Amino acid sequence: MATQVSRRTAAAAADDRTMATLPADDRAITARFGPHRSVMTGVRLSTSVEPERLVKTHCCFCGQQCGLQLKVRDNQVIGFEPWEEFPFNRGMLCPKGVKRYLQGAHPDRLTTALRRDPAAPHGFSPMKYEEAIATVAGEIDRIQRTYGPPAVALLGGASLTTEKTYLLGKFARVCLRTPHIDYNGRLCMVSAGAANKKAFGIDRTTNPWSDMVGTDVIWVAGSNVAECSPITTNYLWQAREQGARIIIQDPRITPAARTCDLYLPIRPGRDAALFAGVLQLMIEHDWLDHAFIEQSTVGFDQLASYCRQWTPARTAEVTGVPERSIRQAAEWWGTAKASFLFHARGIEHHSNGVQNALGTINLVLASGRIGKPKCGYGTIVGQANGQGGREHGQKADQLPGWRDITNPDHRRYIAGVWGIDEKDLPGPGVDAYELFRKIDAGEIKALLTICFNPKVSLPDSTFVARCLEKLEFYTAIDFFLNDTARHADVVLPGSLHEEDEGTVTQVECRVIKINKAVDCPGDARQDWRIIQDIARALGRERGFTFASPREIFDELRAASKGGVADYSGITYEKIERRMGVFWPCYSEDPETGRPIDHPGTPRLFERGSYNPVARGTGPFYFPDGKARFNVAEYRPPVDDADGEYPLYLTTGRVVSQFLSGTQTRRIGPLVEQYPEPRIEMHPRLAARLGIADDDWAVVETRRGAITLRAMVVTTIRPDTVFVPYHWPGEKSVNRVTVAAQDPISKIPQYKVCGCRVRKAGGPPAYAAILEPQQ
Amino acid sequence: MAKPDHLHFFIDPNRCIGCQACVQACTECDTHRGESMIHLEYVERARSVQTVPVVCMHCEQPTCAEVCPADAIKRTGDGVVQSARKPRCIACGNCVVACPFGVPELYNDRQIMMKCDMCYDRTTAGRKPMCATVCPSQALFFGTREQIEQLRPLSVPVNRFQFGHQVISTRVFTMMPREVARRQPWLDVTAAMDERPPERAVMLRVLPSTPEATADVGDPYAEVLI
Repeated sequence: MATQVSRRTAAAAADDRTMATLPADDRAITARFGPHRSVMTGVRLSTSVEPERLVKTHCCFCGQQCGLQLKVRDNQVIGFEPWEEFPFNRGMLCPKGVKRYLQGAHPDRLTTALRRDPAAPHGFSPMKYEEAIATVAGEIDRIQRTYGPPAVALLGGASLTTEKTYLLGKFARVCLRTPHIDYNGRLCMVSAGAANKKAFGIDRTTNPWSDMVGTDVIWVAGSNVAECSPITTNYLWQAREQGARIIIQDPRITPAARTCDLYLPIRPGRDAALFAGVLQLMIEHDWLDHAFIEQSTVGFDQLASYCRQWTPARTAEVTGVPERSIRQAAEWWGTAKASFLFHARGIEHHSNGVQNALGTINLVLASGRIGKPKCGYGTIVGQANGQGGREHGQKADQLPGWRDITNPDHRRYIAGVWGIDEKDLPGPGVDAYELFRKIDAGEIKALLTICFNPKVSLPDSTFVARCLEKLEFYTAIDFFLNDTARHADVVLPGSLHEEDEGTVTQVECRVIKINKAVDCPGDARQDWRIIQDIARALGRERGFTFASPREIFDELRAASKGGVADYSGITYEKIERRMGVFWPCYSEDPETGRPIDHPGTPRLFERGSYNPVARGTGPFYFPDGKARFNVAEYRPPVDDADGEYPLYLTTGRVVSQFLSGTQTRRIGPLVEQYPEPRIEMHPRLAARLGIADDDWAVVETRRGAITLRAMVVTTIRPDTVFVPYHWPGEKSVNRVTVAAQDPISKIPQYKVCGCRVRKAGGPPAYAAILEPQQ
Repeated sequence: MAKPDHLHFFIDPNRCIGCQACVQACTECDTHRGESMIHLEYVERARSVQTVPVVCMHCEQPTCAEVCPADAIKRTGDGVVQSARKPRCIACGNCVVACPFGVPELYNDRQIMMKCDMCYDRTTAGRKPMCATVCPSQALFFGTREQIEQLRPLSVPVNRFQFGHQVISTRVFTMMPREVARRQPWLDVTAAMDERPPERAVMLRVLPSTPEATADVGDPYAEVLI
């Protein structure tokens, strides 16, 4: 109770315009908890120390999930060695994968629980783990008794293993009985997921990446492959060696776009218009697979009538892409014999994100080039477990096995697995951003976060920070004190990737195995143990007595059985034996019901394939077995550029950093590679604004302004500026991005909002105080 | 053990995405942990994202060794030019100045020149160099001639480089577009130094919402370099 009083007092004293109140000065917290930069020292620098063993595992960062080996000695990861046998990356890694090992044995590592303590010089005091668990359980209990179970909310993340995400979903619904759980995949995969569901009835990439090599055309829509999914680059280049043409659609000339065959410099937020215009040209030139459209799809006529308005001239006018390039793209795509299309956040991070993704699917379905070797469609997942993390229960509207939380049959099945009455299973919750609005409205009073740093990663983050201070109780599980956790009442020390085992589903939908290399230090625990400890302290441990990730996985297999994302035939042993298993992988043949040793499903929608939804009527996951065309309507972005804010602000990643930087801003060599965010702008724009390369400049939107150095380059549209988002506080571009969301997927519109830019009067105050990563 | 003769190093700058995985991985090599022997630079970032990775080319007649007054730089029988030998190197920097590829670096704190040795500890043990193993675009490739021919039909390996009047043959190959190599199967580096990275001229409609922004354009569709 004392913590609440201190919160209110502090909040009352705070100026409304300042950032939400922290227990101590932000810089004092940074001085103690970092981010500081780890460097190679001691055994990690020695050329004579041999590792005791090599542990085969995967990178902890993006959705490519490259295989690698960690060198381990004296319970410490001392280096890495490529793992050339793993088929997806065959030893290849990006700089993050190479240096990921430096997150271990880090000076910032949390090795005890912490309590918020405004009297402590750095804002937090260590506390005993058991006492911390008791405090968390006590506050959850008090708040639920006072306000009801839905007053407690959980936010998870897609970098967690599937076992952990399954446990979190079960914990929210069974232990806490709250509908309010969502995850940071809401900022990542939901537009693609919603589009896949509408068009295919199943949400996953349709082909293994090896299908790219040997195809005629690859269309990359809104994906900076070289920096965000670097290993995919080799697949692209290898496809080109075998004769593929590469089309890249992006407002920036990314490293892959530099040498692509056709570059479509799209104006941010106009993607659906481009796809409609290209489809219209395909219709006009009859570059369509009529037999496929007739036999395997529904809804084409309605879509065709929508596209009629998208003449090449109008498409060029709206998208900013030259008409001749639109015609070229349509011709290459329309006349190809084999093709692959993939997209990422560039078209998904929009208030029109689902429509954009549906626009790409329409191009694929109209061509009929899906469900065959060398013919595919995919979305590049951003996070390690962007795929598995959305399938098994931490998403507000889903239950394990990609089941629907509003479907009575699905609810009954999962209630049965969990041993509860279906009536006691909460309904759908709300998306991660709406959850903060509910905190703001006073409906949600307590929050538990794990693997999510919304103060850096959500748009209009000043609002997010303010909400954190409105909570009566906030607890965070993390291995470092992330920027959001600075607002916590209790911080529980969780586990690093290399301190636990479990499964992850990577970009191709290959389920892979993460292996434990070292033990947790000090009082830190594996996250699933922490969750179960809270359940036990609440006196609701039934269903939360797993002794290992393997036990959780076994229950998950049963829970997923019969769902679209069926993992029932996957075992840890099968994953290791086959170097990953593509779901769906059945324990019983869905057609005959007989037990089988199923090999998994690398390629979806093959002609004649059987799935449990269509039951033999066709390859797609609808009762009639047919795919759906959807009218993918263009709508201009919310907060579009206008006279007052005439430029487009777009955001994204750099290759050496990952997400909110909680890990990568603590790894010295990665910080040095790209130390601080910069405002990329075209020299034509810079000249008009009187800004030279390296000058301090201000980006201002309707939410506020940030001051960063300018980077003047010709590799961006002159009407657009780009800022990467991995940094906190005054360097955080998400202070000025817009909290507009897609009406279906609820993904935020990170990729465009109106802004204006001016030269700064001088360096910002932080420049003299903060290290680059802080 | 020597580096197997049938395995070669190939560089294809066209594939390079500038990610620095090679640089970061090089600092993990057992013989020089903490230091990268690879140079990876933008050609001209203001105009292009083009980057060029540079490893030691392992010249057949290494200029660095020829100019070394202390005879500290040795080329082993398998064609790998090694870092300066510790007892001999006098840290004069002749090699640094002389190398036409700009590869050797002087480490003043240790008073020695160090450079890429094609991961001699790895390649002599049958493994690939660290950089070529991790490179996610395979701009750096280590393997057989047959593999590269099969994997890269659009280009051919070239290992002759012209610097003014000096022509150098190297153990490391650069991939050159097939049609270019047909005309001239060597790389005139001096001539290439005057080239600028190609830009993409695109007819682009800029800033439609603000008249003042397009005032300098005239035609709403302006040919801009992007």
